Amino acid sequence: MPAETTAPMETPGRGTSASALRAREVLADVAHEPGAKKPDPIVVADHITRSFGGLTAVDVEHVEVQRGVITALIGPNGAGKTTFFNLLTGFDRPDSGDWSFNGTSLNKVPAYKVARMGMVRTFQLTKVLSKLTVIENMRVGATGQKGETLLGAMFKPMWQRQETDNTKRADSLLERFLLIKKREDFAGELSGGQRKLLEMARALMADPELVMLDEPMAGVNPALKQSLLGHVKSLRDDGRTVLFVEHDMDMVRDISDWVIVMAQGKIIAEGPPESVMGDQRVIDAYLGAHHDEALTFEAEEKIHAEASSEFQGGPAASAAPRASTGTTERTGSTAATGEHAAATEPASTRTDDHEDGPR
Amino acid sequence: MDWQNIFSLALQQGLGPSAVVYCLAAIGLNVHFGYTGLLNFGQAGFMAIGGYAMASVVSTWGLPFWLGVVVGLLLAVVLALLLGVPTLRLRADYLAIVTIAAAEIIRQTVGSVSLLEYFGGQDGLTGFSDSFRSLNPFSGSIGIPGVVSWRANDAWVMLVGWILVVICCLIVWLLMRSPWGRVLKSIREDEDAVRSLGKNVYSYKMQSLIIGGVFGALAGFITALKSAAINPSFFATDITFFAYTVLLVGGAARVLGPVAGAIIFWFLLSFLDLFFTQAAATGLIPESIMTSNQASLMRFIFMGLALMLLMIFRPQGIFGDRKELALDAR
Repeated sequence: MPAETTAPMETPGRGTSASALRAREVLADVAHEPGAKKPDPIVVADHITRSFGGLTAVDVEHVEVQRGVITALIGPNGAGKTTFFNLLTGFDRPDSGDWSFNGTSLNKVPAYKVARMGMVRTFQLTKVLSKLTVIENMRVGATGQKGETLLGAMFKPMWQRQETDNTKRADSLLERFLLIKKREDFAGELSGGQRKLLEMARALMADPELVMLDEPMAGVNPALKQSLLGHVKSLRDDGRTVLFVEHDMDMVRDISDWVIVMAQGKIIAEGPPESVMGDQRVIDAYLGAHHDEALTFEAEEKIHAEASSEFQGGPAASAAPRASTGTTERTGSTAATGEHAAATEPASTRTDDHEDGPR
Repeated sequence: MDWQNIFSLALQQGLGPSAVVYCLAAIGLNVHFGYTGLLNFGQAGFMAIGGYAMASVVSTWGLPFWLGVVVGLLLAVVLALLLGVPTLRLRADYLAIVTIAAAEIIRQTVGSVSLLEYFGGQDGLTGFSDSFRSLNPFSGSIGIPGVVSWRANDAWVMLVGWILVVICCLIVWLLMRSPWGRVLKSIREDEDAVRSLGKNVYSYKMQSLIIGGVFGALAGFITALKSAAINPSFFATDITFFAYTVLLVGGAARVLGPVAGAIIFWFLLSFLDLFFTQAAATGLIPESIMTSNQASLMRFIFMGLALMLLMIFRPQGIFGDRKELALDAR
């Protein structure tokens, strides 16, 4: 990761591969505002709303996802990111709205058909098929299998050749995702990180145009994280579009070409990572509008203490200590990127906290 | 104590028509529960539909026997569709509730007084198996002299029954080694994951429900044919749970699990029955402890105990893979 050794603000660290440069070029003229028009959108969504009882989980006016780039969907907990994901992929139905993939409306299209069209997702809580071996997990991912019809299944010669081809493809993907040694193991025996890898590799078996990753980094150890990042970037090199939900700001800055920020169901900002993370609306959304975490008295005291030191010392002075206390998961990440994490982590502070007053 | 007699009779039961019935029912449940993860608690309903369709087509409407078989199979498909359409989109436990209720509804309906003229009420129907028995190639007593023997009619039912078992096992084996079977097993593990990979989960679950239900209907045919009579008590709820026991003894999601399970289950059940009856009769168990009537019921107590021990020491069943089961504990 050469980019991480330089100052994060100036160099976004999105890599310098041809596809990364191309992605940056394509998005150069796009306005940095919610619902911005993209030159070649693969997904377009309009007026999507979804409420659960009285709570409006998603209320998206307009959003477009550019083809061939890596787009991150970020936002504080409860912003509606995963719900929006479920709506786009047909796992949930919106109360209203319309959305399309490659110009085809996906309204009322069931999830499996969405996947067949080339829009394949992974899940926040990894869904591997525990009692199937790794290679069998991969084989399930292939689409259009003749042996998957009841009649075809009975006659092995009908699907034998296709199965061999699929197995070859699965093996090369397993090799790429460093899972080839686990080929014959039950997927349930894999570690959390390996499951994430398997899920991603399995999604690629369907040869999707758009890969939708729901928190690909959740629960993955820092060493594996780097390799996962590489894999996500390689998807873009393959010419695929990636849309992912993530809480890990290092990852967002490191690999995304475009960031869409959601808060309370709405899209509040869009832009390249470096511009979005400095956006006042985003900082407000993460740090001000988010009070649903239970705070212990000690933690609250600490936040207040840090806040006052921040006011006295300015943001630069407070950034370093915040980075170490931000989240426990972050302890393995580089110090250079901690600064950004501090600016966007919910556990940080903001003036509103002071108005609430100390208890 | 006549040990030879006990073993001989237990073997007669272990391979006999009753074992065939539970074997077929359990093969159906294996497709439902073992491979697809569908909790069908109403296998007795599928059996009742099959058995009663065959019996009433022949004895009530006077139509040919083979037509009864066809109607039975078709109605099993219809029942699977009826049960599946509203419940297969929901969580697994809903199917369990609906199937157990449906099985009871069917049993109460065929036993009802208002449908007496069609289904014979609680007395059921008889006289439908003549054309089946007329095909019987056996006569006299069939078996290995001195070891085990069956009456000719039982032997004929057994022959047909075990051939059906072989065919069903072959179908299950062919299906489950294929990509189709892989999708089924994947649905058992996580249906959302399968959906995200572009498979129509609902359709696969429906296919599974239908296939397992048709196997259940076959078990219903054998139930009716083995005693040349049919009545609602043949299809009580406990039949389903015995079939589940058979499945778990043999090992779920294994092609031959239900076969081994059925033979062992019936062998043990009759063995315990005969042993306790004889033990009470010969005074091995004194009258003061239990009478011979009570002794014969001991078989269920010991069967339950054996099941508990099985679940503790070999939860995967006879053919199951312990490693596979251990994954659940993670």
